[in-house]
Amino acid sequence: MVFSYFPGCTLKNKGARLDLCGRRAAEALGFTLEELPEWQCCGGVYPQARDEIATRLSSVRALDAARRKGQSLVTLCSACHHVIRRVNGDMQRDAQIRGAVNRYLQLDTPYEGQTQVLHYLEVLRDVIGFDELARRVTRPLTGQRIGAYYGCLLLRPSREMCFDDPENPTILEQFIRAIGAEPVYYAMRNECCGGYTVLEPGGRAQKQAGKVLANAAACGAQTLITACPLCMYNLQKSVGGELPVRYFTELLAQALGLEVES
Amino acid sequence: MNRDLTQTVARIAGVNPRACMRCGKCTGACPAYDEMEYHPHQFVSMVETGRIDELLRSKGIYTCLSCFACIERCPRQVEPARLIEAVRVLAERKQGADHLRPQDIPARLDPDMPQQAITSALRKYRR
Amino acid sequence: MQRIGVFVCWCGTNIAATVDVQAVSDALAKEPGVVLSANYQYMCSQTGQDLIETAIREHALTGVVICSCSPRMHEQTFRKTVARAGLNPYLLEIANIREQCSWIHKDRAQATEKAIILGRAAIAKVQLNTPLQAGQSPVTKRALVIGGGIAGIQTALDIAEAGFAVDIVEKQPTIGGKMTQLDKTFPTLDCAACILTPKMVDCAQNEKIRIFSYSEVEAVSGFVGSFRVTIRKKARYVREDVCTGCGLCTEKCPQKKVPNAFNLGLDTRRAIYIPFAQAVPKVAVIDADYCSMLKNGKCGVCAKVCAAGAIDYTQKDELVECEYGAIVAATGYNPIDLSGYDEFAYSRSPDVVSSLEFERLMNAAGPTGGTLLRPSDKTHPKTIVFVQCVGSRCSAEGKGKTYCSKICCMYTAKHAMLCREKYPDTDVYVFYIDVRTPGKNFDEFYRRAVEEYGVHYIKGMVGKVSPEGGKLKVQASDLLDGRQLHIDADMVVLAAAIEPDKSARPLATMLTASMDTNDFFTEAHPKLRPVESPTAGVFLSGCCQGPKDIPETVAQASAAASKVIGLLSKDSIVCNPCVAQPDELMCNGCSSCEKVCPYGAITYLDKEFRGPNRTTLLRRVAQVNPAVCQGCGACTVACPSGAMDLKGFSNRQIMAEVDAICR
Repeated sequence: MVFSYFPGCTLKNKGARLDLCGRRAAEALGFTLEELPEWQCCGGVYPQARDEIATRLSSVRALDAARRKGQSLVTLCSACHHVIRRVNGDMQRDAQIRGAVNRYLQLDTPYEGQTQVLHYLEVLRDVIGFDELARRVTRPLTGQRIGAYYGCLLLRPSREMCFDDPENPTILEQFIRAIGAEPVYYAMRNECCGGYTVLEPGGRAQKQAGKVLANAAACGAQTLITACPLCMYNLQKSVGGELPVRYFTELLAQALGLEVES
Repeated sequence: MNRDLTQTVARIAGVNPRACMRCGKCTGACPAYDEMEYHPHQFVSMVETGRIDELLRSKGIYTCLSCFACIERCPRQVEPARLIEAVRVLAERKQGADHLRPQDIPARLDPDMPQQAITSALRKYRR
Repeated sequence: MQRIGVFVCWCGTNIAATVDVQAVSDALAKEPGVVLSANYQYMCSQTGQDLIETAIREHALTGVVICSCSPRMHEQTFRKTVARAGLNPYLLEIANIREQCSWIHKDRAQATEKAIILGRAAIAKVQLNTPLQAGQSPVTKRALVIGGGIAGIQTALDIAEAGFAVDIVEKQPTIGGKMTQLDKTFPTLDCAACILTPKMVDCAQNEKIRIFSYSEVEAVSGFVGSFRVTIRKKARYVREDVCTGCGLCTEKCPQKKVPNAFNLGLDTRRAIYIPFAQAVPKVAVIDADYCSMLKNGKCGVCAKVCAAGAIDYTQKDELVECEYGAIVAATGYNPIDLSGYDEFAYSRSPDVVSSLEFERLMNAAGPTGGTLLRPSDKTHPKTIVFVQCVGSRCSAEGKGKTYCSKICCMYTAKHAMLCREKYPDTDVYVFYIDVRTPGKNFDEFYRRAVEEYGVHYIKGMVGKVSPEGGKLKVQASDLLDGRQLHIDADMVVLAAAIEPDKSARPLATMLTASMDTNDFFTEAHPKLRPVESPTAGVFLSGCCQGPKDIPETVAQASAAASKVIGLLSKDSIVCNPCVAQPDELMCNGCSSCEKVCPYGAITYLDKEFRGPNRTTLLRRVAQVNPAVCQGCGACTVACPSGAMDLKGFSNRQIMAEVDAICR
């Protein structure tokens, strides 16, 4: 199984190890992530304004490249996933945006949202299967109480993301069970950590993250996992090390018994 | 009162502020409530009644976290975050109105900060 | 030679403001065959009708055209008018120049032109009208009520009171419906059981009423006056005629872990059970999903303890066929599934409950014996938050309902009031969008909750409920105060939208009764015929037509009953004479019409015809049963040889109308 892969800015730089964990785990589980050549940054923020065309182009280029290879497009970062999935939806449903983008790009065949966009977690759930993943685990994280932190970008708006139940999601909890740990439910797992405002003065992002962490800790979580590098950074900054915040691919690689150098 | 601007904002946002029934679920859901000068339901009402100039001057348009909680939970598909972004885009399209300047960034960085923080801040706060 | 009279109605300003009625009557006066053309302010008024009657007599009219509102509104009125003047009522045509003209046009010149064209078409048609005689069809003097809640019970009791036989089909093991689960009723706060159970007993004891409990309608055929209905009596595995309702089996059954549906799963019952103490009929029923005897043949305890010998593990579903003159749909409502509303943590916390669950928690016959305790830890909640409009007034795709569920404002006020009365140390918050309390003594009731009982009503909505450390952290807006509120609640109660019961949609298909997009039954006229379905002989009672509280349901149930009584008191009913009629000489026996007929009104017959040279030919030709045919016209367009025609709407008449319009 080969997928086109869009790593995104952070996983290529500061988050290179998270990316490596993801790729190694993929190989171990029998699928390959083939990095798109010359991919461009998705911008990290989905442009909600319907008359914004330029900010959608990099996503469409990636989607079109995957289409030409006849592959589904996999992302590992929630922000990339969010932006590319929603732009793909625009290309499927919004004739105004589709027309403007295609007029600009002048592709051989106009792009109309044909590519399937998958998050790495969806590959685990829908292609590999969590039962199969559980069978492949060699070093289960037995006894660990892990809280899933979904944040915003994977889930909302559910009408466009179609990823999981936006108010009571289950995919990360299934993942936690598959790697042998015990999921801890806490209400703030789908509330915002404020990550988009880490550069804003006034410590707003950390205050917001603090609420998430307090709720998770009060509900008994010993570790948090997330699928977004920005959330991970923001939560780690706020927590001061008491509650470890890990990327889900790190724990995946660990549970599969893979040694990944830093 | 600026009816033209109301229409422009509604067009950019792709939603209809008149569908709002003033339930306040957006404001009940908003995680950035304390920081916002105008709260999501007020924002909808101000767009609808054409008070866009006030919104354009407000720092509040930069405090929305883009968490989409109001979009998800709005029972009327008014989706306040889309309206807030439409007003922010209008403000940023004016020359020299950038909320974030590239030269300000180095001072705010720390060694662990992911690239994503910078790209998304530039996308959100600057033309 | 035809002598046609044209009468143009102003309908006050409804027509006259947009259509130049004088110009219309002047133009139509010039049409062939027209000997008189008049206009008047209100044709449907006594003076207007007198005008028509006099004209028919004085001018010896052979046909009448009335340009007015939709024939759905006043065709019957005017047919009676022309009949009084001695003219066959089917020599009347109506040109709809209101709904299809004046109401939808703004430009006076265009509207006038269109009114003239519509009038011209009606004149062209009436030239070809023939006198029609309506036939008669007998009425079976028995009614069927589908659904045994308070709506169905009231309808059945009223019909029985008038002396007619009536059957109730109820899919649950007992009649009583949702009202059996309620604690107190607004605005008087009398106990629901105290006012309902006597009516349930009345049903059981009334010799005119038969109750098919634990039964469902399987098939419906026939038409008004003679419906044929198949009822499936589901296997109870208990003989209804033998069981005494002693309840011993329900105490001895070893299978104790069955979620109790009557208490909405808040406690458990046995695999053999009687839903509640006042059930009618008071007969046990075995839940086949949980009974180990039925599942794997091991147990048999209930049969051993039953002194009456009522248990029968071999019982099978039974099909019963009955004839009815009228059918009443009373299928009721359910609260929507709240699993799509987990921003309120409904799936994650047992202390977040629906309002119906809250009824059970307050009810003396409920799982806590009427003491309000949190489902999670059985402690008294000190702070309770009520959330209104959960899923109501919601236009978000695939999530809630666009309509107002109507009853939630009042029952929430009731719940809040009862909490404060029983437990004065409780803090009660109600989050509302609007408080809607039209109804006798309703607003006073709500104000009492606020003023006397100190319930905190807050204009705003809850955005998030977070369970943490045994509390429910409620984040909400207070729009009048301009605050975001954070309340540490012990319990959250969600006023779920209500929706029609899932059985209504398949039933509507069986009855060929129409429904709206929300699966509520449509009434024949939203204002003037609110308890009748557009399908003749089908009537509507209670929430299957739209959200209603108990007083309104009972009023509508009685109204439906009076319509049924009116029908059943006739020995026969006048049929619609505008039915299909085959031209046997043109029919080639292809069966196309039989296949498209939705009413099964067409059969085929091998008939002798005279052939050339004094021979006799046997040909297969279509026959229409005029008592069954509803005049829909599907067969006339399906017929490839043009042999099928609809009386009163013949192909020639329709083509004449089209020609007149295109002239």
